Amino acid sequence: MSVRSTVLEQFKLVAKEQDKTLAPLTDDLVLLESGLDSLCFAIIVARLEDALGVDPFSATAEANFPVTLGDFIQFYEDAAN
Amino acid sequence: MPQIDWSSLWNSLSAADRLARRALWGVDGSVALDDLAGGSSLGGRLEELRGRCVFLATRSQLAAALALIELDGVARRIVLCPPDLAAEHVPYVIATAGVDALVSDRAAPDPGESTPGPVVACSLKLAPGAPDRQARLRTEWILMTSGTTGAPKMVVHTLASLAGAMMARGTPVGPALWSTYYDIRRYGGLQILLRATLGGGSLVLSSAGEAMSDFLERAGARGVTHILGTPTHWRSALMSPAAHALKPQYVRLSGEIADQSILDHLRSFYPQAKIVHAFASTEAGVGFEVGDGRAGFPASLVGQTGANVDMKVVDGSLRIRSSRTAARYLGEQSEVLVDAGGYVDTGDMVELRGDRYFFVGRRGGIINVGGLKIHPEEVEAVINTHPGVRVSLVRARKNPITGALVVADVVLNSPPDETKGGAQALQREILEHCRASLPRHKVPAVVNFVVSLAMAASGKIARRNA
Repeated sequence: MSVRSTVLEQFKLVAKEQDKTLAPLTDDLVLLESGLDSLCFAIIVARLEDALGVDPFSATAEANFPVTLGDFIQFYEDAAN
Repeated sequence: MPQIDWSSLWNSLSAADRLARRALWGVDGSVALDDLAGGSSLGGRLEELRGRCVFLATRSQLAAALALIELDGVARRIVLCPPDLAAEHVPYVIATAGVDALVSDRAAPDPGESTPGPVVACSLKLAPGAPDRQARLRTEWILMTSGTTGAPKMVVHTLASLAGAMMARGTPVGPALWSTYYDIRRYGGLQILLRATLGGGSLVLSSAGEAMSDFLERAGARGVTHILGTPTHWRSALMSPAAHALKPQYVRLSGEIADQSILDHLRSFYPQAKIVHAFASTEAGVGFEVGDGRAGFPASLVGQTGANVDMKVVDGSLRIRSSRTAARYLGEQSEVLVDAGGYVDTGDMVELRGDRYFFVGRRGGIINVGGLKIHPEEVEAVINTHPGVRVSLVRARKNPITGALVVADVVLNSPPDETKGGAQALQREILEHCRASLPRHKVPAVVNFVVSLAMAASGKIARRNA
Protein backbone atom coordinates (compact mmCIF):
# COMPACT_ATOMS: atom_id res chain seq x y z
CA MET A 1 0.00 0.00 0.00
CA SER A 2 1.31 3.47 -0.88
CA VAL A 3 2.00 6.10 1.76
CA ARG A 4 -0.89 8.13 0.35
CA SER A 5 -3.44 5.36 0.67
CA THR A 6 -2.17 4.40 4.15
CA VAL A 7 -2.58 7.99 5.33
CA LEU A 8 -6.05 8.34 3.80
CA GLU A 9 -7.15 5.05 5.29
CA GLN A 10 -6.10 6.17 8.79
CA PHE A 11 -7.93 9.50 8.41
CA LYS A 12 -11.12 7.66 7.55
CA LEU A 13 -10.72 5.00 10.22
CA VAL A 14 -9.95 7.42 13.03
CA ALA A 15 -12.78 9.76 11.98
CA LYS A 16 -15.16 6.83 12.15
CA GLU A 17 -13.83 5.61 15.51
CA GLN A 18 -13.99 9.08 16.99
CA ASP A 19 -17.42 9.80 15.53
CA LYS A 20 -16.22 12.80 13.53
CA THR A 21 -17.65 14.01 10.23
CA LEU A 22 -14.77 14.13 7.82
CA ALA A 23 -14.59 16.80 5.10
CA PRO A 24 -13.89 15.51 1.57
CA LEU A 25 -10.25 14.40 1.48
CA THR A 26 -8.72 16.61 -1.17
CA ASP A 27 -5.08 17.67 -1.24
CA ASP A 28 -5.95 21.31 -0.52
CA LEU A 29 -8.06 20.43 2.54
CA VAL A 30 -6.77 22.45 5.51
CA LEU A 31 -6.12 19.92 8.27
CA LEU A 32 -7.70 22.04 10.98
CA GLU A 33 -10.88 22.20 8.90
CA SER A 34 -10.97 18.47 8.26
CA GLY A 35 -13.33 17.78 11.16
CA LEU A 36 -10.60 16.06 13.17
CA ASP A 37 -9.26 17.43 16.45
CA SER A 38 -5.84 17.13 18.07
CA LEU A 39 -6.60 13.80 19.74
CA CYS A 40 -7.54 12.39 16.32
CA PHE A 41 -4.27 13.63 14.82
CA ALA A 42 -2.32 12.24 17.76
CA ILE A 43 -3.83 8.82 17.13
CA ILE A 44 -3.23 9.04 13.37
CA VAL A 45 0.43 9.93 13.95
CA ALA A 46 0.89 7.00 16.36
CA ARG A 47 -0.75 4.50 14.01
CA LEU A 48 1.17 5.78 10.99
CA GLU A 49 4.38 5.34 12.94
CA ASP A 50 3.42 1.68 13.47
CA ALA A 51 2.38 1.23 9.84
CA LEU A 52 5.16 3.17 8.08
CA GLY A 53 7.92 3.07 10.67
CA VAL A 54 8.34 6.83 10.70
CA ASP A 55 7.16 9.75 12.81
CA PRO A 56 8.19 12.86 10.85
CA PHE A 57 6.65 15.11 13.53
CA SER A 58 9.19 13.93 16.09
CA ALA A 59 12.02 13.26 13.65
CA THR A 60 12.17 16.64 12.00
CA ALA A 61 13.55 19.88 13.32
CA GLU A 62 11.70 21.54 10.48
CA ALA A 63 9.47 24.37 11.65
CA ASN A 64 6.95 23.93 8.85
CA PHE A 65 4.43 21.44 9.97
CA PRO A 66 1.90 20.41 7.32
CA VAL A 67 -1.09 22.66 6.86
CA THR A 68 -3.07 20.88 4.17
CA LEU A 69 -3.75 17.23 3.62
CA GLY A 70 -1.44 17.37 0.59
CA ASP A 71 1.36 18.72 2.81
CA PHE A 72 0.67 15.99 5.35
CA ILE A 73 0.96 13.21 2.77
CA GLN A 74 4.11 14.79 1.35
CA PHE A 75 5.52 15.04 4.87
CA TYR A 76 5.17 11.28 5.31
CA GLU A 77 6.32 10.44 1.78
CA ASP A 78 9.52 12.43 2.34
CA ALA A 79 10.13 10.77 5.70
CA ALA A 80 9.42 7.28 4.42
CA ASN A 81 11.91 7.56 1.55
CA MET B 1 -9.88 -14.86 68.23
CA PRO B 2 -7.62 -16.31 70.91
CA GLN B 3 -6.18 -13.77 73.28
CA ILE B 4 -3.05 -12.32 71.77
CA ASP B 5 -0.11 -11.95 74.09
CA TRP B 6 1.53 -8.91 72.63
CA SER B 7 4.81 -9.37 74.50
CA SER B 8 6.19 -11.48 71.69
CA LEU B 9 5.25 -13.61 68.71
CA TRP B 10 6.54 -16.74 70.45
CA ASN B 11 4.62 -16.05 73.68
CA SER B 12 1.41 -15.72 71.75
CA LEU B 13 1.76 -18.65 69.41
CA SER B 14 3.00 -20.98 72.11
CA ALA B 15 0.23 -20.23 74.62
CA ALA B 16 -0.97 -23.39 76.35
CA ASP B 17 -2.13 -26.26 74.18
CA ARG B 18 -1.86 -24.30 71.01
CA LEU B 19 1.24 -25.79 69.44
CA ALA B 20 0.14 -29.32 68.71
CA ARG B 21 -0.30 -30.43 65.14
CA ARG B 22 0.77 -27.08 63.73
CA ALA B 23 3.57 -26.60 61.24
CA LEU B 24 5.23 -24.37 58.72
CA TRP B 25 5.92 -25.95 55.33
CA GLY B 26 8.43 -24.51 52.90
CA VAL B 27 9.60 -25.74 49.52
CA ASP B 28 12.79 -26.80 51.33
CA GLY B 29 11.37 -28.60 54.37
CA SER B 30 8.98 -28.23 57.25
CA VAL B 31 9.06 -27.52 60.97
CA ALA B 32 6.46 -28.51 63.54
CA LEU B 33 5.77 -25.57 65.81
CA ASP B 34 5.97 -27.60 69.01
CA ASP B 35 9.53 -28.60 68.09
CA LEU B 36 10.46 -24.95 68.54
CA ALA B 37 9.68 -25.23 72.27
CA GLY B 38 12.73 -27.42 72.69
CA GLY B 39 14.90 -26.33 69.81
CA SER B 40 16.31 -23.35 67.99
CA SER B 41 16.86 -22.53 64.34
CA LEU B 42 19.63 -20.22 65.46
CA GLY B 43 21.89 -22.99 66.73
CA GLY B 44 21.33 -22.05 70.36
CA ARG B 45 22.85 -18.60 69.83
CA LEU B 46 19.70 -16.56 70.44
CA GLU B 47 21.19 -14.97 73.55
CA GLU B 48 23.96 -13.36 71.47
CA LEU B 49 21.29 -11.49 69.55
CA ARG B 50 19.43 -10.12 72.56
CA GLY B 51 19.05 -6.34 72.33
CA ARG B 52 20.69 -6.19 68.91
CA CYS B 53 19.56 -4.85 65.56
CA VAL B 54 19.48 -7.95 63.37
CA PHE B 55 19.72 -7.95 59.60
CA LEU B 56 17.70 -11.02 58.57
CA ALA B 57 18.92 -12.13 55.16
CA THR B 58 17.94 -15.69 54.32
CA ARG B 59 17.40 -17.42 51.04
CA SER B 60 14.71 -19.63 52.55
CA GLN B 61 11.37 -18.16 53.57
CA LEU B 62 10.96 -20.94 56.11
CA ALA B 63 14.29 -20.04 57.74
CA ALA B 64 13.16 -16.41 57.87
CA ALA B 65 9.88 -17.40 59.52
CA LEU B 66 11.66 -19.45 62.18
CA ALA B 67 14.11 -16.64 62.91
CA LEU B 68 11.28 -14.11 63.23
CA ILE B 69 9.48 -16.32 65.73
CA GLU B 70 12.64 -16.58 67.83
CA LEU B 71 13.81 -12.98 67.52
CA ASP B 72 10.62 -11.06 68.32
CA GLY B 73 10.83 -9.79 71.90
CA VAL B 74 14.53 -10.61 72.00
CA ALA B 75 16.14 -8.47 69.31
CA ARG B 76 15.85 -4.70 69.54
CA ARG B 77 15.16 -4.46 65.85
CA ILE B 78 14.71 -6.95 63.01
CA VAL B 79 15.43 -5.73 59.48
CA LEU B 80 13.56 -8.00 57.07
CA CYS B 81 15.56 -8.26 53.89
CA PRO B 82 13.28 -9.02 50.91
CA PRO B 83 14.73 -11.52 48.43
CA ASP B 84 15.02 -8.93 45.67
CA LEU B 85 16.83 -6.24 47.67
CA ALA B 86 19.55 -5.03 45.29
CA ALA B 87 23.07 -5.64 46.59
CA GLU B 88 23.93 -1.99 46.00
CA HIS B 89 21.34 -0.92 48.61
CA VAL B 90 22.46 -3.34 51.33
CA PRO B 91 25.18 -1.08 52.84
CA TYR B 92 22.70 1.82 53.01
CA VAL B 93 20.11 -0.34 54.77
CA ILE B 94 22.66 -1.69 57.23
CA ALA B 95 23.96 1.78 58.08
CA THR B 96 20.56 3.46 58.30
CA ALA B 97 19.02 0.80 60.50
CA GLY B 98 22.07 0.60 62.76
CA VAL B 99 22.50 -3.12 62.14
CA ASP B 100 24.86 -4.87 64.58
CA ALA B 101 24.15 -8.54 63.87
CA LEU B 102 23.47 -10.75 60.87
CA VAL B 103 21.26 -13.82 60.64
CA SER B 104 21.74 -15.73 57.40
CA ASP B 105 21.26 -19.21 56.00
CA ARG B 106 24.04 -18.81 53.46
CA ALA B 107 27.29 -20.68 53.83
CA ALA B 108 29.16 -17.42 53.50
CA PRO B 109 27.40 -14.07 53.81
CA ASP B 110 27.66 -11.78 50.79
CA PRO B 111 30.61 -9.37 51.05
CA GLY B 112 28.18 -6.42 51.02
CA GLU B 113 26.52 -7.78 54.14
CA SER B 114 29.46 -7.10 56.40
CA THR B 115 27.99 -6.05 59.71
CA PRO B 116 29.48 -5.37 63.09
CA GLY B 117 28.60 -7.92 65.75
CA PRO B 118 27.77 -11.60 65.59
CA VAL B 119 26.95 -13.54 62.43
CA VAL B 120 24.49 -16.28 63.30
CA ALA B 121 23.54 -19.11 60.99
CA CYS B 122 19.88 -19.93 60.64
CA SER B 123 18.98 -23.52 59.86
CA LEU B 124 15.87 -25.61 59.30
CA LYS B 125 17.57 -28.28 61.44
CA LEU B 126 16.69 -27.22 64.96
CA ALA B 127 19.47 -27.36 67.54
CA PRO B 128 18.20 -29.10 70.68
CA GLY B 129 17.86 -27.10 73.88
CA ALA B 130 15.27 -24.71 75.27
CA PRO B 131 16.34 -21.15 74.52
CA ASP B 132 15.43 -18.40 76.94
CA ARG B 133 12.70 -16.69 74.96
CA GLN B 134 11.71 -14.29 77.68
CA ALA B 135 10.53 -11.15 75.94
CA ARG B 136 12.24 -8.09 77.35
CA LEU B 137 11.85 -5.75 74.43
CA ARG B 138 9.16 -4.46 72.15
CA THR B 139 11.00 -5.37 68.98
CA GLU B 140 10.86 -3.03 66.01
CA TRP B 141 10.21 -4.77 62.70
CA ILE B 142 11.72 -2.93 59.74
CA LEU B 143 9.98 -3.59 56.44
CA MET B 144 10.99 -2.32 53.05
CA THR B 145 8.44 -0.91 50.66
CA SER B 146 8.04 -2.39 47.21
CA GLY B 147 7.60 -0.78 43.85
CA THR B 148 9.91 2.14 44.41
CA THR B 149 13.07 2.93 42.54
CA GLY B 150 16.26 3.99 44.24
CA ALA B 151 17.03 3.14 47.83
CA PRO B 152 14.20 1.31 49.57
CA LYS B 153 12.12 3.09 52.17
CA MET B 154 12.37 1.44 55.56
CA VAL B 155 9.16 1.38 57.54
CA VAL B 156 9.02 0.81 61.30
CA HIS B 157 6.38 -1.54 62.71
CA THR B 158 5.88 -3.55 65.90
CA LEU B 159 4.11 -6.85 66.40
CA ALA B 160 1.11 -4.86 67.65
CA SER B 161 0.86 -2.63 64.58
CA LEU B 162 1.44 -5.57 62.22
CA ALA B 163 -1.12 -7.82 63.84
CA GLY B 164 -3.62 -5.09 64.69
CA ALA B 165 -5.90 -6.00 61.81
CA MET B 166 -6.34 -9.48 63.24
CA MET B 167 -8.18 -8.05 66.19
CA ALA B 168 -10.78 -6.71 63.80
CA ARG B 169 -13.96 -8.60 63.06
CA GLY B 170 -14.22 -11.19 60.39
CA THR B 171 -10.72 -12.62 60.60
CA PRO B 172 -10.89 -16.37 60.19
CA VAL B 173 -9.56 -18.21 63.22
CA GLY B 174 -8.93 -21.78 64.25
CA PRO B 175 -7.01 -24.55 62.56
CA ALA B 176 -6.87 -22.82 59.20
CA LEU B 177 -4.12 -23.84 56.81
CA TRP B 178 -2.89 -20.63 55.28
CA SER B 179 -0.80 -19.96 52.23
CA THR B 180 0.29 -17.02 50.16
CA TYR B 181 2.03 -16.38 46.88
CA TYR B 182 3.69 -13.43 48.59
CA ASP B 183 7.08 -13.56 50.21
CA ILE B 184 6.64 -13.29 53.98
CA ARG B 185 9.30 -10.60 54.16
CA ARG B 186 6.89 -8.21 52.52
CA TYR B 187 3.91 -6.70 54.27
CA GLY B 188 1.27 -8.79 52.51
CA GLY B 189 3.04 -12.08 53.14
CA LEU B 190 3.96 -11.14 56.69
CA GLN B 191 0.27 -10.57 57.44
CA ILE B 192 -0.35 -14.19 56.49
CA LEU B 193 2.55 -15.51 58.59
CA LEU B 194 1.09 -13.66 61.57
CA ARG B 195 -2.46 -14.74 60.88
CA ALA B 196 -1.36 -18.35 60.69
CA THR B 197 0.90 -18.29 63.73
CA LEU B 198 -1.12 -16.02 66.04
CA GLY B 199 -4.49 -17.32 64.88
CA GLY B 200 -3.79 -20.96 65.72
CA GLY B 201 -3.20 -22.21 62.19
CA SER B 202 -0.42 -23.52 59.99
CA LEU B 203 1.20 -22.14 56.86
CA VAL B 204 2.49 -23.31 53.47
CA LEU B 205 5.16 -20.93 52.21
CA SER B 206 5.89 -20.10 48.60
CA SER B 207 9.34 -19.85 47.11
CA ALA B 208 10.69 -17.30 44.67
CA GLY B 209 12.11 -19.81 42.20
CA GLU B 210 9.14 -22.16 42.21
CA ALA B 211 6.83 -22.43 39.20
CA MET B 212 3.24 -21.37 39.85
CA SER B 213 1.90 -24.82 39.00
CA ASP B 214 4.35 -26.54 41.38
CA PHE B 215 3.35 -24.20 44.19
CA LEU B 216 -0.35 -24.76 43.54
CA GLU B 217 0.15 -28.54 43.54
CA ARG B 218 2.09 -28.35 46.79
CA ALA B 219 -0.49 -26.08 48.48
CA GLY B 220 -3.34 -28.21 47.16
CA ALA B 221 -1.74 -31.45 48.35
CA ARG B 222 -1.42 -30.02 51.88
CA GLY B 223 -5.06 -28.98 51.80
CA VAL B 224 -4.62 -25.22 52.07
CA THR B 225 -7.85 -23.57 53.16
CA HIS B 226 -6.96 -19.87 53.24
CA ILE B 227 -4.84 -18.24 50.57
CA LEU B 228 -3.75 -14.72 49.67
CA GLY B 229 -2.19 -13.07 46.64
CA THR B 230 -2.26 -10.02 44.41
CA PRO B 231 -4.73 -9.91 41.51
CA THR B 232 -1.69 -10.55 39.27
CA HIS B 233 -0.84 -13.68 41.27
CA TRP B 234 -4.43 -14.85 40.94
CA ARG B 235 -4.66 -14.21 37.19
CA SER B 236 -1.50 -16.22 36.79
CA ALA B 237 -2.81 -18.99 39.07
CA LEU B 238 -6.07 -19.28 37.15
CA MET B 239 -4.08 -19.79 33.95
CA SER B 240 -2.47 -22.86 35.47
CA PRO B 241 -4.09 -26.29 35.14
CA ALA B 242 -3.01 -26.81 38.76
CA ALA B 243 -5.48 -24.15 39.94
CA HIS B 244 -7.90 -27.07 40.35
CA ALA B 245 -5.60 -28.58 42.96
CA LEU B 246 -6.70 -25.86 45.38
CA LYS B 247 -9.97 -26.15 47.27
CA PRO B 248 -9.87 -22.95 49.28
CA GLN B 249 -12.53 -21.79 51.74
CA TYR B 250 -11.11 -18.30 51.82
CA VAL B 251 -9.48 -16.38 48.99
CA ARG B 252 -7.95 -13.00 49.68
CA LEU B 253 -6.62 -10.38 47.28
CA SER B 254 -4.49 -7.38 48.16
CA GLY B 255 -1.61 -5.28 46.92
CA GLU B 256 -3.21 -4.12 43.68
CA ILE B 257 -6.64 -3.01 42.57
CA ALA B 258 -9.03 -5.97 42.56
CA ASP B 259 -11.19 -5.25 39.55
CA GLN B 260 -14.60 -6.77 38.93
CA SER B 261 -13.22 -9.14 36.33
CA ILE B 262 -10.80 -10.98 38.64
CA LEU B 263 -13.38 -11.06 41.45
CA ASP B 264 -15.91 -12.66 39.08
CA HIS B 265 -13.39 -15.16 37.76
CA LEU B 266 -12.45 -16.27 41.27
CA ARG B 267 -16.10 -16.49 42.28
CA SER B 268 -16.88 -18.86 39.41
CA PHE B 269 -13.65 -20.86 39.76
CA TYR B 270 -13.90 -21.34 43.54
CA PRO B 271 -17.65 -21.18 44.19
CA GLN B 272 -17.24 -22.61 47.69
CA ALA B 273 -14.79 -19.90 48.80
CA LYS B 274 -15.35 -16.62 50.54
CA ILE B 275 -13.64 -14.03 48.37
CA VAL B 276 -12.30 -10.96 50.09
CA HIS B 277 -10.28 -8.09 48.76
CA ALA B 278 -8.36 -5.98 51.21
CA PHE B 279 -6.66 -2.66 51.12
CA ALA B 280 -3.30 -2.67 52.84
CA SER B 281 0.04 -0.98 52.42
CA THR B 282 3.37 -1.31 54.18
CA GLU B 283 2.98 2.16 55.65
CA ALA B 284 -0.76 2.35 56.31
CA GLY B 285 -1.30 -1.23 57.42
CA VAL B 286 -4.53 -3.04 56.70
CA GLY B 287 -7.19 -0.42 56.00
CA PHE B 288 -10.27 -2.48 55.37
CA GLU B 289 -11.56 -5.58 53.68
CA VAL B 290 -14.50 -6.04 51.36
CA GLY B 291 -16.39 -9.31 51.12
CA ASP B 292 -19.40 -8.53 48.96
CA GLY B 293 -17.74 -9.62 45.73
CA ARG B 294 -17.87 -6.16 44.23
CA ALA B 295 -14.92 -4.02 43.19
CA GLY B 296 -14.29 -0.87 45.18
CA PHE B 297 -15.51 -0.27 48.72
CA PRO B 298 -18.60 1.24 50.35
CA ALA B 299 -18.41 5.02 50.69
CA SER B 300 -19.77 4.63 54.21
CA LEU B 301 -16.33 3.39 55.33
CA VAL B 302 -14.94 6.88 54.75
CA GLY B 303 -15.50 9.46 57.46
CA GLN B 304 -16.79 6.99 60.04
CA THR B 305 -15.87 8.04 63.54
CA GLY B 306 -15.05 5.74 66.38
CA ALA B 307 -14.04 2.94 64.02
CA ASN B 308 -10.77 1.03 64.36
CA VAL B 309 -9.60 2.77 61.24
CA ASP B 310 -10.34 6.35 60.24
CA MET B 311 -10.29 7.08 56.53
CA LYS B 312 -10.64 10.27 54.58
CA VAL B 313 -10.17 11.32 50.99
CA VAL B 314 -8.08 14.44 50.39
CA ASP B 315 -7.38 15.68 46.85
CA GLY B 316 -8.56 12.33 45.57
CA SER B 317 -6.15 10.21 47.58
CA LEU B 318 -7.08 7.85 50.38
CA ARG B 319 -5.69 8.66 53.84
CA ILE B 320 -5.75 6.24 56.73
CA ARG B 321 -5.28 6.59 60.46
CA SER B 322 -5.22 3.59 62.79
CA SER B 323 -3.17 1.75 65.34
CA ARG B 324 -1.98 -0.45 62.47
CA THR B 325 -0.13 2.25 60.63
CA ALA B 326 3.64 2.14 60.78
CA ALA B 327 5.36 4.39 63.30
CA ARG B 328 7.77 6.17 60.97
CA TYR B 329 10.38 5.81 58.28
CA LEU B 330 13.98 5.15 59.21
CA GLY B 331 16.65 7.50 57.95
CA GLU B 332 17.51 11.12 58.55
CA GLN B 333 16.30 12.56 55.30
CA SER B 334 13.14 10.57 55.18
CA GLU B 335 9.81 12.17 54.61
CA VAL B 336 7.07 12.37 57.17
CA LEU B 337 5.03 9.17 57.26
CA VAL B 338 1.97 10.54 59.05
CA ASP B 339 0.48 14.02 58.77
CA ALA B 340 -0.32 16.27 61.73
CA GLY B 341 -3.65 14.56 62.18
CA GLY B 342 -2.01 11.13 62.32
CA TYR B 343 -3.10 10.08 58.82
CA VAL B 344 -0.95 8.19 56.30
CA ASP B 345 -1.37 9.40 52.72
CA THR B 346 -1.55 6.15 50.77
CA GLY B 347 -0.98 7.79 47.36
CA ASP B 348 -3.80 5.60 46.08
CA MET B 349 -6.32 7.65 44.14
CA VAL B 350 -10.03 6.93 44.57
CA GLU B 351 -13.15 8.14 42.82
CA LEU B 352 -16.69 8.19 44.20
CA ARG B 353 -19.29 6.60 41.92
CA GLY B 354 -22.69 6.34 43.52
CA ASP B 355 -22.35 4.87 47.00
CA ARG B 356 -18.97 3.30 46.37
CA TYR B 357 -15.39 4.38 46.06
CA PHE B 358 -13.25 2.84 43.32
CA PHE B 359 -9.48 2.83 43.14
CA VAL B 360 -8.33 4.53 39.97
CA GLY B 361 -4.56 4.22 40.32
CA ARG B 362 -1.45 5.55 41.99
CA ARG B 363 -0.65 9.20 42.27
CA GLY B 364 2.25 9.80 39.93
CA GLY B 365 1.32 6.94 37.60
CA ILE B 366 -0.85 9.34 35.69
CA ILE B 367 -0.77 9.62 31.91
CA ASN B 368 -1.27 13.13 30.60
CA VAL B 369 -2.98 13.31 27.20
CA GLY B 370 -3.11 16.91 26.07
CA GLY B 371 -3.66 18.07 29.64
CA LEU B 372 -6.24 15.43 30.48
CA LYS B 373 -5.14 13.03 33.18
CA ILE B 374 -5.64 9.29 33.02
CA HIS B 375 -4.95 6.55 35.55
CA PRO B 376 -3.75 3.47 33.66
CA GLU B 377 -5.51 1.16 36.12
CA GLU B 378 -8.88 2.67 35.31
CA VAL B 379 -8.46 1.82 31.63
CA GLU B 380 -7.09 -1.64 32.44
CA ALA B 381 -10.18 -2.38 34.54
CA VAL B 382 -12.37 -1.74 31.48
CA ILE B 383 -10.18 -3.72 29.07
CA ASN B 384 -10.05 -6.64 31.52
CA THR B 385 -13.84 -7.00 31.44
CA HIS B 386 -13.69 -7.96 27.75
CA PRO B 387 -14.30 -11.72 27.66
CA GLY B 388 -11.29 -12.39 25.42
CA VAL B 389 -8.83 -10.58 27.71
CA ARG B 390 -6.75 -12.22 30.43
CA VAL B 391 -4.91 -9.15 31.66
CA SER B 392 -3.70 -5.81 30.36
CA LEU B 393 -1.13 -3.12 31.00
CA VAL B 394 -1.91 0.44 30.00
CA ARG B 395 0.99 2.80 29.53
CA ALA B 396 1.91 6.14 28.05
CA ARG B 397 3.33 6.46 24.59
CA LYS B 398 5.08 9.67 23.67
CA ASN B 399 3.24 11.67 21.06
CA PRO B 400 4.24 14.86 19.23
CA ILE B 401 0.67 16.19 19.16
CA THR B 402 -0.74 15.57 22.62
CA GLY B 403 2.45 14.88 24.58
CA ALA B 404 1.33 11.34 25.29
CA LEU B 405 -1.26 8.82 24.25
CA VAL B 406 -2.71 5.81 26.00
CA VAL B 407 -1.65 2.44 24.62
CA ALA B 408 -2.52 -1.01 25.92
CA ASP B 409 -0.56 -4.25 26.00
CA VAL B 410 -3.08 -7.05 26.20
CA VAL B 411 -2.68 -10.75 27.05
CA LEU B 412 -5.51 -12.79 25.50
CA ASN B 413 -7.16 -15.89 26.89
CA SER B 414 -6.63 -17.61 23.55
CA PRO B 415 -5.24 -16.61 20.15
CA PRO B 416 -7.56 -14.44 18.00
CA ASP B 417 -10.09 -16.43 15.99
CA GLU B 418 -9.00 -16.26 12.33
CA THR B 419 -12.51 -17.08 11.14
CA LYS B 420 -13.75 -13.94 12.89
CA GLY B 421 -11.27 -11.52 11.39
CA GLY B 422 -8.24 -12.39 13.48
CA ALA B 423 -6.16 -9.96 15.49
CA GLN B 424 -7.34 -6.83 13.70
CA ALA B 425 -11.01 -7.51 14.32
CA LEU B 426 -10.35 -8.31 17.96
CA GLN B 427 -8.32 -5.11 18.42
CA ARG B 428 -11.24 -3.12 17.02
CA GLU B 429 -13.64 -4.98 19.28
CA ILE B 430 -11.60 -4.19 22.39
CA LEU B 431 -11.45 -0.52 21.37
CA GLU B 432 -15.24 -0.48 20.88
CA HIS B 433 -15.58 -2.05 24.30
CA CYS B 434 -13.47 0.78 25.79
CA ARG B 435 -15.39 3.47 23.95
CA ALA B 436 -18.65 2.21 25.39
CA SER B 437 -17.60 3.17 28.92
CA LEU B 438 -14.64 5.55 28.77
CA PRO B 439 -14.25 9.15 27.63
CA ARG B 440 -12.41 9.28 24.31
CA HIS B 441 -9.04 10.47 25.63
CA LYS B 442 -8.89 7.40 27.90
CA VAL B 443 -9.47 4.93 25.08
CA PRO B 444 -6.15 3.41 23.94
CA ALA B 445 -4.90 4.70 20.61
CA VAL B 446 -3.22 1.36 19.99
CA VAL B 447 -3.86 -2.14 21.32
CA ASN B 448 -0.92 -4.55 21.17
CA PHE B 449 -1.34 -8.25 21.78
CA VAL B 450 1.49 -9.66 23.90
CA VAL B 451 2.25 -13.14 25.20
CA SER B 452 2.77 -12.12 28.82
CA LEU B 453 3.35 -9.16 31.11
CA ALA B 454 6.29 -8.89 33.46
CA MET B 455 5.52 -9.43 37.13
CA ALA B 456 7.69 -7.65 39.69
CA ALA B 457 9.09 -9.50 42.71
CA SER B 458 6.34 -7.91 44.77
CA GLY B 459 3.76 -9.92 42.82
CA LYS B 460 2.40 -6.85 41.10
CA ILE B 461 2.45 -6.06 37.39
CA ALA B 462 5.74 -4.34 36.65
CA ARG B 463 5.10 -0.71 35.79
CA ARG B 464 8.02 1.17 34.36
CA ASN B 465 7.41 4.31 36.40
CA ALA B 466 5.93 2.67 39.48
